Amino acid sequence: MPHRTFFLFMLPSLFVMLLFIAAPIVSVAYQSLFVEHDQVMTEVESCDPFSCTKEMRVDPTAMAALREAAPMGKFNGLATYTNARHLATAEIATLWQTAPTMGAFYDGLMNLPFYKALAFTLTYTAVVTPLVIILGFFIALAINAIPQIIKGPVIFFSLLPMIVTPLIGSLVLFWMIDSQGIIGATLQRIFNDPGLALKASPTLTWATLITYGVWHSAPFSFIVFYAGLQTVPKDTLESAMIDGATRWERVRYVIIPHLMPLVTFVALMQLMDHFRVFEPIVGFSAAANASSLSYLIYSDLRGAETPLFGSAAATSMLTILGVVILLMPVLIRTWRDFGRKAH
Amino acid sequence: MKNRAERQPMSLITLSAIFIAVWLFAAAFPFLWTAWGSLKVQADFFSRTDWLNAITGPATLAQTGSTFTGDGYQGAWVEQAFWKSVINTAVVTVSVVVISLTIGTLGGYALARSGFRYTFWILIAALVFRAMPHVTLVSGYLLPFFQLNIWGYLPTTIIVLVAINQPFTLWMLHSFFLSIPKDLDEAAMVDGCTRFQAFRLAVIPVMWPGVVTTGLFSFLLAYNDFTVTSMLLTQSNQTMVPKIASFLGTVHAENKVMYAVAAVVSAIAPLFVLVLFFQRQIVSGLTAGAVKG
Amino acid sequence: MKHLMKSSLALCALIASGGMAFAECGIEKGSVRILSNDFLALQLVAAAAEACASPTVTVTRNLTAEHKNIQIAALTTNPATYTVAVVANGSIVPLLNDDLIQPMDDLVAKYGQDLQPNQLIKIDGKVMAIAFMANTQHLMYRKSVLEAAGIAAPKTYEDMLAAAAVLKEKGVMPNALVANFKPGWDLAQEFVNMYLGYGGEFFEPGTANAAISGEAGVKALTMMKALADTMGPEYMTYETVMLGQSWGAGEAGMMNMWGSVAGAITDPAGAAPDVAADTVLAAAPTVGGGTTPATTLWWDGFALAKNISPEDAEASFRAMMKAIAPDMATTNPAAAAWLIKGYQPTPAAVGVFETVSAGARPYPMLPYMGLLHTALGDNLAEFMQGQETAEQALADVTAAYNTAATEAGFLK
Repeated sequence: MPHRTFFLFMLPSLFVMLLFIAAPIVSVAYQSLFVEHDQVMTEVESCDPFSCTKEMRVDPTAMAALREAAPMGKFNGLATYTNARHLATAEIATLWQTAPTMGAFYDGLMNLPFYKALAFTLTYTAVVTPLVIILGFFIALAINAIPQIIKGPVIFFSLLPMIVTPLIGSLVLFWMIDSQGIIGATLQRIFNDPGLALKASPTLTWATLITYGVWHSAPFSFIVFYAGLQTVPKDTLESAMIDGATRWERVRYVIIPHLMPLVTFVALMQLMDHFRVFEPIVGFSAAANASSLSYLIYSDLRGAETPLFGSAAATSMLTILGVVILLMPVLIRTWRDFGRKAH
Repeated sequence: MKNRAERQPMSLITLSAIFIAVWLFAAAFPFLWTAWGSLKVQADFFSRTDWLNAITGPATLAQTGSTFTGDGYQGAWVEQAFWKSVINTAVVTVSVVVISLTIGTLGGYALARSGFRYTFWILIAALVFRAMPHVTLVSGYLLPFFQLNIWGYLPTTIIVLVAINQPFTLWMLHSFFLSIPKDLDEAAMVDGCTRFQAFRLAVIPVMWPGVVTTGLFSFLLAYNDFTVTSMLLTQSNQTMVPKIASFLGTVHAENKVMYAVAAVVSAIAPLFVLVLFFQRQIVSGLTAGAVKG
Repeated sequence: MKHLMKSSLALCALIASGGMAFAECGIEKGSVRILSNDFLALQLVAAAAEACASPTVTVTRNLTAEHKNIQIAALTTNPATYTVAVVANGSIVPLLNDDLIQPMDDLVAKYGQDLQPNQLIKIDGKVMAIAFMANTQHLMYRKSVLEAAGIAAPKTYEDMLAAAAVLKEKGVMPNALVANFKPGWDLAQEFVNMYLGYGGEFFEPGTANAAISGEAGVKALTMMKALADTMGPEYMTYETVMLGQSWGAGEAGMMNMWGSVAGAITDPAGAAPDVAADTVLAAAPTVGGGTTPATTLWWDGFALAKNISPEDAEASFRAMMKAIAPDMATTNPAAAAWLIKGYQPTPAAVGVFETVSAGARPYPMLPYMGLLHTALGDNLAEFMQGQETAEQALADVTAAYNTAATEAGFLK
């Protein structure tokens, strides 16, 4: 395909992506190198319905002059990336020298917000992604074998975890796992432990979030694999049978290799989505025990009255970097495939 | 006649039936519970005393005189004018799907047919674009949108959703196009079609199921989005999900959780029709694609 | 629910009467554009302002929970997208920092005859906002439950702890005490309350240096942990909406809860009429022998955008004067604890006004308070779950605050 035709076809797609994603990414990357100007403060008296007090105020005229001169703020280089809310290099160095044992070092590390978030984010990604792929695969295998007539409704109900808005989905589930709720109370009865509370301990909270993650994402991999199963060539399956392959061998040597490209696609998308885990942490009020990179960004942008754009920008760039590192194996494979295809 | 390869022993059928039953229960139970609970009052559905109240509804009986009540639906649809959000959502989702697919098929086709190295880098760039957390993107949009005076309108939100969704759409459609033999469009071009005519008249009809499948994922994204729609729309242009969020209580607001529950249950109904309708296309669509990583 | 129904009816009536209100507002022309949070009391105010619409005056409103996140961008443009921003103690700060709102002294002198002096929010002697309603966390307790166990009405947190212990011992109520301990904004707010109760100051005077690590901070955290130890195991997920339901179900006997939900909790036609009738509202408790209630006072009010024409400013101010006129408060007394002239507190607002007269302090309107609040919300959870010491938690808070405040330019 000639370059000109290619770019004509790509134009609208490239245009929206460049305008609404690439440009903001560049601006965010640039923003992450700046912090707010030093605030010029003055002491003023302020009164509200209840009393009057002397308070510190930002001097708006002086600040306006500063912003006029340098609209991006004060250049900070990579210092935002290395500060205590991000990579915390200085804190880690001190910790490494002062911590008496590896355990103490680990505890200190987990007390730094970025590493605490990273620990949960990576655990979540590493556990949920394979489980989603495996569960989705078996659901697809099983549903593929049911009679045609009930397939429609079964597929609809299987898709429900993905299509009910997480806003309400997690609210209802959160209530169900309350120790008074149906799931919480049932678990208490099963384990015969009236003190069992899923929302209380860090371990159980992580387990709950991971279970939710698998439940929520399994339909995506299921629907992709289910479709892939339709294309498995019948004659290959038959010849495998004639060769005396058992049922399991047929799955292992015919079906799975056939679905491999789909597995790559699902893994790619799921790794990325899970690395950005955010909604369940808010939905399940789990911030006490679990935090994620996206949660840190949210807290920077929405937590305080004044958003910390520089800090959020730095965490966003680190998230992108994390995704690229995670996807590296898949990317290298794609590159090799591409090398074979290219001419 | 049944194919030999598909015949299964009794034990496996039983096992797989049990597995399906367990999965369906896990997948559908919370929703069925919600659908049933949407006909109760809040004190029952979110009962602190006994979860059985959500089934039997004693407080619903005490408050409304019957064990079922349509108050949630009445409140959401009539009092809070939920139907306006439904119309907005319909406009947004239909536009997002149509625009995404139009520009996505063009782009995906070009990516699949061009053998040059830069297509690889475009695909990788698309992946990196997809990694950007939406909340950061949206915060960056605010000031320029206000300055251009395009904030709050449906078209702005639609184009943002299309852009955010484009990397996924491109990847998926690109994979679909890869599975369609090149001979098809080349033959058409030999017959005198231009590249675009070959794309439109020869490739797209074969691709239709793949387009439908990708469309379904675009649809779900636009339908369920909260981050973008809640920040970029005014109250009068609100779509369903931010509207539902506004029913939830805060420190200040008396909460209308049951409105939210009723609204969510009603929001699922059209999707049921949609999934049943497209079920065959979804499957045959992904089949055609055999999405390659 | 009954009072809410009434208010909703009033809301409908106000909307319905929109067409004929032209003469009452007396605005010649201009454009009024309101940005506000979305809850009943503010819906009433916005609807009343909308009644000023006429062929020459346009009134539009955008009531959304995201108002805080869009207000800066929306008011930065010239002309500003909105002329009126409805704000509270916390959300006015970024508007002041960025110089996006204008003084209203002239307009107050000209059209503000119905305002009371305490409604004027003055910064450096200039009226920057007009408050019209108040909110605070104050004590709510179950009269019959405490009486049955022979406990007098609690006045302090120490009383509450003792009462919870007695109720548990007697088997009346195992976890009588509850509080908003959900990490994030709620938990930080509880610390702010408790810290002020112990007489603490958040910052070294005249600087932006956090000063919470001292004795008052440790005492406040220790008290919070003591409270948490009497609660059920899921105390780290408690927040207002959930506690309201728990209260209705009769699970709890004492809490320091937002006055804005008192109406629903004491509503005799609500979900739990027995509990409602038994609930007593009182001033927020004191702590550690202090005399200031351990809570903060909040106000909601409105500010005028800076980047608007004088004509729009005048129209907006007059429309808002109409919106918060005395008759609005007297028609909807139960919708909020109004600060408006002629308003008589309803039984549901008693707690708020008792707390005000007991000398509770307002939530600090400092430019960097929000950063400290976020740092508190993010870093107290480990201590509350017994995973680290109070000193360590406060050190973590200070470190997180320092990082954020440096980035925001308040610290060097």
